[in-house]
Amino acid sequence: MSESPSDIAVEAELSLPSGLTRERLLGAYKTMCLSRVLDVRIWTLNRQGKAAIAASAQGHEAAQLGTVLATDPTRDRYLIYYRQLTAMLALGTTPTEMLMQFLARDGEILSAARQFPLHGAHPRVDLFSFSNVVGTQLPQAVGVALADKMKGRDAVTISFFGDGAASQGDCHEAMNFAGIHKVPVVFLCENNRYAISVPLEQQMPVDSIASRASSYGIPGIEVDGTDVVATYEAVKEAVDRARSGGGASLVELRVERLLPHTTDDDHTRYRSKEDIERIASMDPLPITEAMLKRQGILDQATDDEFKEWARREVDDATDEAEATPFPPVGDMYEKVLESDAGGNSRA
Amino acid sequence: MREATLVPEMTLIESVRETLRMEMRRDPDIFMLGEDIGPRGGVFLASEGFVDEFGEGRIMNTPLAESSIIGIALGAAVNGMRPVAEIQFADFVWPAINQLVGEAARVRYGTNGGKFAPMTVRVPYGGGVRGGLYHSQSIEVLFAHTPGLQVIAPATPWDARGLLRSAIRSNDPTVFLEHKRTYRLVRGEAPDREYTEPIGKADVKRAGSDVTLVTYGLMLHYSLQAAEMVSQSDGIETEVVDLRTLRPIDGETILDSVSQTGRAMIVQEDTGAVSVSSEVAAIIASEGFFDLDAPVNRVTAPEIPPMPFSPLQEAEYMPSPEKIAASIRRLAEV
Repeated sequence: MSESPSDIAVEAELSLPSGLTRERLLGAYKTMCLSRVLDVRIWTLNRQGKAAIAASAQGHEAAQLGTVLATDPTRDRYLIYYRQLTAMLALGTTPTEMLMQFLARDGEILSAARQFPLHGAHPRVDLFSFSNVVGTQLPQAVGVALADKMKGRDAVTISFFGDGAASQGDCHEAMNFAGIHKVPVVFLCENNRYAISVPLEQQMPVDSIASRASSYGIPGIEVDGTDVVATYEAVKEAVDRARSGGGASLVELRVERLLPHTTDDDHTRYRSKEDIERIASMDPLPITEAMLKRQGILDQATDDEFKEWARREVDDATDEAEATPFPPVGDMYEKVLESDAGGNSRA
Repeated sequence: MREATLVPEMTLIESVRETLRMEMRRDPDIFMLGEDIGPRGGVFLASEGFVDEFGEGRIMNTPLAESSIIGIALGAAVNGMRPVAEIQFADFVWPAINQLVGEAARVRYGTNGGKFAPMTVRVPYGGGVRGGLYHSQSIEVLFAHTPGLQVIAPATPWDARGLLRSAIRSNDPTVFLEHKRTYRLVRGEAPDREYTEPIGKADVKRAGSDVTLVTYGLMLHYSLQAAEMVSQSDGIETEVVDLRTLRPIDGETILDSVSQTGRAMIVQEDTGAVSVSSEVAAIIASEGFFDLDAPVNRVTAPEIPPMPFSPLQEAEYMPSPEKIAASIRRLAEV
């Protein structure tokens, strides 16, 4: 991003889309700062041997924030996958609640620490994720949205997925059914061009996932997912369409995955040094910071304050989570079936 | 369970259809989805006439895509609906295994009870219908192996009605197996009232003091025929236990019977290795060993992919009343 006077002039003319105020944008940036500090902390906890596994959201933050800003958490539904740390925070999950997932502690809100982080069901927002098998959430999201349509409710279902999941048969089946029945769902693809190590050109013969939308009779749009405002605009249009009975949409957010797939991965095995250096320029944090400063929405003092606040929040949350014990062993036998009598043997 | 008053007899497929119709009328949250279930009424006519009564919104024809049939049912179930999905033939359930075994079965556990899936998956299964390798399979074992699922396999119109109603009203995912050969072969009483049969309870379909025979599905009827044959020819009295539910298996009823007879056998249409009969044999061996006067015997299909299309080979593959009767005699002589 250059800071030439001509750029500033163009930026100054940027009018915010309907529903996106300067205050909301600033709040989103604050969440972005929190997400980044927390993300780095989780990676550190893994290297310390305390967090068994983590998938970083670094690079995906603006995409997730723009998406959440365009929805209504009081009535919409979110089927997430494992890289949605920022979306989770934007939807009101606290850093302590997030760290309890990664450290698998007693009272963990999503699954009582039975599942990997970011899997389970949220107690306050209708957000859930059952599986590590990518793409399974897509037909499920169609079913969730179908139920709302049948009941005449105005909820919209957001189904997050990555470019890897786009290769699953479930992806095709879900979009096809959603197109036929005009269900109120937004297929939200965060395309970071890598399915662990497999680059996009080895995943599909075309460069665009959004282009598939025409096969399902639904609108598809490709957006720069490092641009929080552009993301908001695209998702808002899709959400409004779904809410007003216009059916499903496919939104492809182009992002870069700044870190390896997970803490167990090493992307230097399959990405060139030049590529890794290049993607650093696609980091949404400095991109958003610069945009907000050019727009006069963020000043340096506020920026410093946010980052200091984020560090304190994450430090406190780390202390609290680490002080919490693991769940009692006996809890593992509960909630298999409603009757809790699902065993096949008589044990 | 049975009342003394006479009730109309109906076929098993009629009992399924009438139960679905009564439940759909009772609860507007129930909807059905599957291949050809609309105007066609399903390939076995389980939903014949339903579109006219309930409309396309509640009787949804789907594309030929089993994974999404179950995935969509699951999503609707966790969001307040009570879907009844039909997999056209059990042989076609494999594309949906991930959504059923990998996903639906783990929803309650994996969310610590935060979400649950009140969904029923009806699966016509079984052979002896000239169905060949892809319209004959018995697929119950994988589901019966899966914590988080309930698996029901009724053999009579009475049980089909009572158990299908229980399945639909249950708040957990239930695989409801309907043996295709029983659809029109088996007739029985099944009243038009809202009775239920309990999931997880076996039923003694014939009392006997010499041998305990545990079975389910079509094999119940073959076993009852075999029991009559050996009673008349040899005076052997066989107690026939109909499992009705394959997960959870009702060990108590099995063990009670074995404690009376001292001899146990299991009859199933499925291949034997690592199967329902293996589990029943294990329950008897581990908890009923000291009641046994003879080794546990099994009648199962041979270990080849089910099942040949050619009629002589199909007949050889299927357990028959004669094969079962011979096995009862051998067990009684030990």
